[in-house]
Amino acid sequence: MVRRLRPPLTEDEVRSLRAGERLYIDGEILTGRDAAHRRLCEMMDRGQKLPVQLEGAVIYYVGPCPAKPGQVIGSAGPTTSGRMDPYAPRLIARGLRAMIGKGMRSAEVVEAMKRHGAVYLVAVGGVGALLAKRIKAAEVIAFPELGPEAIYRLRVEDFPVMVGIDANGCDIYRMGREKYRRDRG
Amino acid sequence: MFWRSWWGKEGIGLRELHVSRVTDAVEELCKKACFELPEDVTAALQRALEEEESPQGREILKQLLENAEIARAEQIPICQDTGVAVVFLEIGQDVHLVGGSLKEAVDEGVRRGYVGGYLRKSVVRDPIRRENTQDNTPAILYTTLVPGDAVRVTVVPKGTGSENMSALKMLTPAHGPEGIRRFVVRVVEEAGANPCPPVIVGVGLGGTMDKAALMAKRALLRPVGQPHPQPHLAALEEDILKDINDLGIGPQGLGGRVTALAVHVEAYATHIGALPVAVNLQCHAARHASVAL
Repeated sequence: MVRRLRPPLTEDEVRSLRAGERLYIDGEILTGRDAAHRRLCEMMDRGQKLPVQLEGAVIYYVGPCPAKPGQVIGSAGPTTSGRMDPYAPRLIARGLRAMIGKGMRSAEVVEAMKRHGAVYLVAVGGVGALLAKRIKAAEVIAFPELGPEAIYRLRVEDFPVMVGIDANGCDIYRMGREKYRRDRG
Repeated sequence: MFWRSWWGKEGIGLRELHVSRVTDAVEELCKKACFELPEDVTAALQRALEEEESPQGREILKQLLENAEIARAEQIPICQDTGVAVVFLEIGQDVHLVGGSLKEAVDEGVRRGYVGGYLRKSVVRDPIRRENTQDNTPAILYTTLVPGDAVRVTVVPKGTGSENMSALKMLTPAHGPEGIRRFVVRVVEEAGANPCPPVIVGVGLGGTMDKAALMAKRALLRPVGQPHPQPHLAALEEDILKDINDLGIGPQGLGGRVTALAVHVEAYATHIGALPVAVNLQCHAARHASVAL
């Protein structure tokens, strides 16, 4: 039985997740990538009220394609998470509970996840057509001028992810690689 | 005009081609490349599925194939990163391009393809100011002159997940093939999960710094897994591929046997003191499309 998550997430919920566990997400998540992260951090620097609620939130690192007529959203797979590493610890400190992306994270991000209770979820990179089908509604809620980099609120159903790095710092990328590595003879 | 009538296009066999034909071709190729994964790539993913030992890796490879089918059937992008449009034009030297600027014709094709095809606009006008151009222009355009009277147009929508993990190093002759192998394997190892493995590894050897980088990109256009015609380079490709697939990175970097689908090496003459090596990584969504005009 695959566990399901419905945001907003609590610290206890997030701390109970284990690296390698498969999950489905149902409900509302936010999107954000490079430019939106930069804007949010600049607003924090200036002490401004943020246009999104971070407490308990899930941010999906995605810049979707525009919707074709009749579509809710265009292709929408995860982008490389590492580019958000310089910003992520500040968002985690503000209550962000989960990030969805692909690829490795920095030690600083993992440290912030352990301290505040957050989790890194991975989705399969390059299956944007498939993942778009799990997105049932999409609405731009901040920075519309950023185009694909705007912050959207998405309503998802059965959105498939795996716990990439849990709140204890266990990392499936490291574990997976060690398991299949062959040393050169 | 005297020169035109005397030396005119018939006189020396020049074929006239209106640049709007290039615009139309680029527009169609942008869409086709983003919607339809080439058959050699799907065949390589099928082979990877047979070779992969990790159950999770196999599951991911199945999803990649299913995703490619959906994209083709529904004519939607395989991946949301529809890239910057890299356009290669091989222009026959007996062609006379008429009707306007070739560069503008290519950009107009990109504009129409990305706007009309509902592709993502991923280009910023200036690397510091970072303002989106809203139509994915300008293209990265490379032209070469070739014999003949045809124009071959190739569009490569290049996503940045893999492009960002690419690298170049100016080795010296003493490093030899062993140094090349080590450098290429290290680039793939450090890239880890980020370039969306299984990747295709384009390697440019020799020439100058710029020449090596361009060869690495062009190497990605070779049918996946087709060895270099020169045996010593084919052997190097095989050797590097084996080492990469021993890294254990696997599909999506979650562990497995298939980290790369292929290594393609291109080489060119170089300076007596030089051994440039460029590595251009390509994600599993190895998109490109061509047409001859």
